[in-house]
Amino acid sequence: MMQTKPDSFINSEDSVIRVEGVSVRYRVLREQLSGIKEYAIRWLQRRLQYRDFWALNDISIEVRRGEFFGIVGRNGAGKSTLLKVMARVIRPTLGRVVMLGRTAPLLELGAGFHPELTGRENIFLNGALLGLSHTEIVQRFEEIVAFSEIVEFIEAPLRTYSTGMVARLGFAVATSVRPDIMLVDEVLSVGDAQFQEKCLVRMRAFQEQGATIVLVTHSMERVVALCERAIWLDGGKVAAQGEASAVVNQYSRTL
Amino acid sequence: MKQFSVNFYDSSSVVHPFVEEIQALMAYRGLVVQFVARSIKTRYKRSILGVAWTMLNPLLTMIALTVVFSQLFRIQIENFPVYVLSGQLVWIFFSTTTSSAMGEMIWSSELIKRIYLPKSVFAVAAVGTGLVNFLFSLLPLSVIALVLGVELRSALFTWLLTMLLLSFFSLGLGLLLSTATVYFADMLPVYNVLLTIWLYLTPVIYPMEIVPTQWHWLFRINPVYYYVEAFREPLLAGSIPGWGTWLPATGFALVTFLIGWFVFTSRSSEYAYRI
Repeated sequence: MMQTKPDSFINSEDSVIRVEGVSVRYRVLREQLSGIKEYAIRWLQRRLQYRDFWALNDISIEVRRGEFFGIVGRNGAGKSTLLKVMARVIRPTLGRVVMLGRTAPLLELGAGFHPELTGRENIFLNGALLGLSHTEIVQRFEEIVAFSEIVEFIEAPLRTYSTGMVARLGFAVATSVRPDIMLVDEVLSVGDAQFQEKCLVRMRAFQEQGATIVLVTHSMERVVALCERAIWLDGGKVAAQGEASAVVNQYSRTL
Repeated sequence: MKQFSVNFYDSSSVVHPFVEEIQALMAYRGLVVQFVARSIKTRYKRSILGVAWTMLNPLLTMIALTVVFSQLFRIQIENFPVYVLSGQLVWIFFSTTTSSAMGEMIWSSELIKRIYLPKSVFAVAAVGTGLVNFLFSLLPLSVIALVLGVELRSALFTWLLTMLLLSFFSLGLGLLLSTATVYFADMLPVYNVLLTIWLYLTPVIYPMEIVPTQWHWLFRINPVYYYVEAFREPLLAGSIPGWGTWLPATGFALVTFLIGWFVFTSRSSEYAYRI
């Protein structure tokens, strides 16, 4: 992998997210082999064929501190992959990603919840999944419970919760320690309007304190209303980049 | 060297994954504790006998085997119940730890696809869970030993070293299996079959004396044999195991762990889209 001098790279501007020429290649077997035996036979016969799929192709973006940044595009355009690259879930095959600050992935609220454990136990489990220390979770426990409005259900197993309650709890834990960067992937589409409003208010409040937010959504109104700048991804490439309303206009014409 | 931090991420950081994973695991040690607590809690939550199951299972097997060997085969072995039970505790630790390291990796695939976490937490937590369950099961073992008049001597302190070595051996193998399971979906059932064969190749539930001496080399190439021996000797003979046991036990632990950690971490950036 390419080596660059980290310090000059980071101090260049007040950007907190730097994506530089990032490409992501998924290398998968051309056929789904059923098991080890078949795999071994193919390997011996040198007939293992791989298919390369470039989910992202030479993407460069820079997001400044305190910015609300939107990512739009069709399904399969690479929006979620880009967010996962920022969340360090997927390592770029080429190029470089630098994230300056504590990153909260709101990719799938409550992905780490366990149905048999109580709300209380799940708060500690999910907090640890996001890399929070035990002390950090203890200090914010009351606030998490209050925000997610589950006070009377806190000792009940999570399987008894409604979808809305789970979403609220997931959002509350993920944003309990003020993140510097929030990666938001369609999470606002779950839960009722009141919950969505509540999440937006909190995100706005963090933004005013200097947090940066990257939003992936299919709602064009939301991008125009919330984001200053946006990127339009098409087939893993940047189709347009710039002021949010201009990008949305360009994208909407193709729909 | 760049320290791992939750407050900074540079994808082109030049730290080798072998080292980076250790740093990340240290930063996420709270998660290991949470995973261990979760497995213990969920295992016992819906069961009335609770923790007792950990102890009942090997106890019932021990009773059955004692009856089989002493009544049917007429083999007389001193303290056979303690022999069987101690062997079983080591075996249960080894087999459940390695297979649940692999299982946790598969069952957590949705998590791995969605958020970042050091992937070795699953195998490490499996070893942690195994150790907790192992501690629970020491209670019935001590009771049975005392009832049958086996003296508990100070040599038992070497159990700490035995379990440390066995933990590293199991972790290394668990990591190798976890890597394999990402690429081959049927690894778990295959391993379960292998475990059954492996159990019969290890003197856990039968006395070593019933195996002809010309086959004893099969024990000597079997890593688990040394951990079983190192565990039994202080209990049954009251003595500290010799170098003939410690050297292979340490060697297998170190080599397996290092290979497992290397293979697992060098592939770990692929797991998020492969699993």
